[in-house]
Amino acid sequence: MDSMLILFIILALASVLSALGLLVSRSAVYAALFLVLNFACVAIFYLLLGAPFIALTQITVYAGAIMVLFLFVIMLLGAEKLPKGTSLPWQRPLAIGLAAILLFEAGFLLFQRLQMTATLAQPDAQVNSMEAIRSLGLTLFSQYLLPFEVTSILLLVAMIGAIVLTKQEKGASV
Amino acid sequence: MEGTIPLSYYITVSAILFTMGALGVLIRRNALIVFMSIELMLNAANLAFVAFSSSYGVLDGQIFVFFVMTVAAAEVAVGLALIVAIFRSKHSIDVDQMSSLKG
Repeated sequence: MDSMLILFIILALASVLSALGLLVSRSAVYAALFLVLNFACVAIFYLLLGAPFIALTQITVYAGAIMVLFLFVIMLLGAEKLPKGTSLPWQRPLAIGLAAILLFEAGFLLFQRLQMTATLAQPDAQVNSMEAIRSLGLTLFSQYLLPFEVTSILLLVAMIGAIVLTKQEKGASV
Repeated sequence: MEGTIPLSYYITVSAILFTMGALGVLIRRNALIVFMSIELMLNAANLAFVAFSSSYGVLDGQIFVFFVMTVAAAEVAVGLALIVAIFRSKHSIDVDQMSSLKG
């Protein structure tokens, strides 16, 4: 049992437990903070896998921008004071059963059909250098140039959509 | 074997996180937490992408993760705008209340 494996197991436990915290927490703010912890754990997984650019993007975009947006909406709506409605009695056991089936199915397919015997070496200092990020950028701007440009249109559409959806219609409600 | 982690461990963590996200969508009624669970599922898929990318030694998986993050950001902006609009009209973000289209 070497140190990388111990680190991996600690991170895996932290990410799974924070996901569990997201599921069971009563308050939406606590759920959001558990999700931030989960994103941070996954970012460290990316570093272990030798993807420093993705790790930093994960922190800035997910844990930074997206979760701040979530927290902002939670504060805006006061949604953590959600009244407890009537619940379907069979919903929770059915959902847990379905999730167990999904996990079994995913595990079965992944481990039966894919021969995953590969082990991932700990990235050396070469991977976490500027060279890896440069080759990522070169691939992004040559082979994947068209999808990259399409994402800019997607972001523009999302921005316009968000503004249109939340715009207060003045005088239009006749 | 010093300093190596099997690929299957990463895929296992990814599958567990995805399942928990799906479970969150099924059992929670707060629309914001359902939305966060969807983010958790996207994140689990990203982890599998990067693990396979690192295993095969190609960068395409990381580029896909980049695109998934962009789509997630767009999805969050539009989805939260929808939640705010629904809250304005119904004064609730309980997903059980959103049944106006029921015949």
